[in-house]
Amino acid sequence: MVYARLILMRLFKAVIVLFLIVIFNFLLIQLAPGDPAAILAGEAGAADQEFLNQLRERFGLDQPMYVQLWHYVSGIAMLDFGYSYRLGVPVFDLIMDRLPATLLLTGTAFVLSLVLGIVAGSMAAARVKKPSGSLIMALALVFYATPLFWVALMSVVVFSVYLGWLPAYGLYTVGAGHTGFALVLDVAKHLVLPATTLALFFMAIYTRMTRTSMLDAAQQDYVKTARAKGLKPSIIQRRHVLRNALLPIITLAGLQAGQMVGGAILTETVFAWPGIGRLMFEALQQRDYNLLLGIFFFSAALVIVFNIITDLVYSLADPRIKKGAA
Amino acid sequence: MSFFARFAQNRGALVGLIILLLIIAMAILAPLLFPESPWRMVQRPFLPPLSQDGFPLGTDTMGRNVASGLMHGAWVSLLIGLVSTSVALLIGVPLGAIAGYYGGIIDDILMRFTEFFQTIPNFALAIVLVAIMQPSITSIVLAIAIVSWPPVARLVRAEFMSLRNREYVEAARLVGQSNSTIILRQILPNTLSPIIVLASLMVATAILLESALSFLGLGDPNVMSWGYMIGAARTVIRQAWWLSFFPGVAILLTVLALNLVGEGLDDALNPKLSRER
Repeated sequence: MVYARLILMRLFKAVIVLFLIVIFNFLLIQLAPGDPAAILAGEAGAADQEFLNQLRERFGLDQPMYVQLWHYVSGIAMLDFGYSYRLGVPVFDLIMDRLPATLLLTGTAFVLSLVLGIVAGSMAAARVKKPSGSLIMALALVFYATPLFWVALMSVVVFSVYLGWLPAYGLYTVGAGHTGFALVLDVAKHLVLPATTLALFFMAIYTRMTRTSMLDAAQQDYVKTARAKGLKPSIIQRRHVLRNALLPIITLAGLQAGQMVGGAILTETVFAWPGIGRLMFEALQQRDYNLLLGIFFFSAALVIVFNIITDLVYSLADPRIKKGAA
Repeated sequence: MSFFARFAQNRGALVGLIILLLIIAMAILAPLLFPESPWRMVQRPFLPPLSQDGFPLGTDTMGRNVASGLMHGAWVSLLIGLVSTSVALLIGVPLGAIAGYYGGIIDDILMRFTEFFQTIPNFALAIVLVAIMQPSITSIVLAIAIVSWPPVARLVRAEFMSLRNREYVEAARLVGQSNSTIILRQILPNTLSPIIVLASLMVATAILLESALSFLGLGDPNVMSWGYMIGAARTVIRQAWWLSFFPGVAILLTVLALNLVGEGLDDALNPKLSRER
């Protein structure tokens, strides 16, 4: 019951945020320099007059603003994002086609960065005044400061061009005709570089978060009690400190995960990974604004779904929340 | 202990400061050492580093001098980082101050507004804004500012909430000072140190964002930037790795230096907090 209410509340909030983003998209089209019809069609001047007239009629651009807004919002409510002018395909179909690849990439990178970040962060917290602890934090800072796309390019140079260990482009080997397990292995090989480069930046963030959170937890009274009981430091770290430090990490990780969609735009561009990030880059290059706005809406929706999942995990992990909500 | 002595106790911060000064020097010296436009084709393309005098880092796909582009790019990165952070502060500080000082329904509305901007994926929003406004220094600065003000608003709000019932604020109220005077003269000066620390980290993030935008081809077409250099060399990475390598190192060092300086400022401005760590 409590969960059902929690989910309903979050869904209600999500719908409002998505509605606001649709209005935001609409305003962007209006505020942009030039004819809104030309923007929806792509670069100004690239579309012929007849098509522009069609668009004007379709979005009712000759009608009052509130009617236009209604057309736009009701279209998106029915999952009609319009057409990609350049590709002649509905935007919704294009995005659905590319979504699985992005989910695979960001999902893998999220798990990888969270696990490695928590491990590295708790190691750094346990070695707080030692050189090895400082070294971990220094590395985390370097990863944090490194541009994602540059790490991606350099990893192509090293692991793909120079060492020849891993493929640099695409989701699978085109024309190899792998099936079954061979295909899974092939995709996994293609996933290594994009997922690792995307994970590095977030791993740096999670490492710093884990360390701070664990140092905070170590100040608590129950840790002093455990120490007074004479428990081994390693057991205190694992059972008392880490477990209590994990909760804030989950919340913050959920918030950060939204930014992973943004990072995916860069990694997918470098590795020609056929997800919505790469689609966004293609839309940019072709000035396909309608497609661009559609992807923008979807990436925000992904973030919201992710935040809801985090909230649920959090409420499962912390029994105190259940009491509060009931 | 003096401010600088506390800052210098953090050795990383000193290193960061030195790197940052070197990069500022690069930006200032760029027009003197390389008076020609970094866009000019001056040699045959794909010249490797150290292969010819005057081209220590080689030439790019169009025969442009990489060293010149790197130095001119320093100027662009620092400029965009500083200006966009200032604009973000101009949005975030007043919003946070008003929300924190007045509380109640004003706070509720402003915070929902802030949360909305925090939910939207930063980078995707920045891309859409620059693409629709058309790439230029102004649109890039605006886009970066629009995606980076929410943390400022939250920080300033929290500070105001904890300070607004202090005795000196009550005293100012008793004396009959207006709300705006209390906000600007009494509370705001006391929130400056965390704002300064956050701002230094924001400059770093802004530089990363700008480079990523330019990398995707959303840079101002009239200025040479590090991100553009990497993006333009992306397709020839197999033949000429150095074209992407050096600008990337420049970004990395700048962002790293700013982060280190930010940590040093934190130590120096909030001595009590940092000693507990």
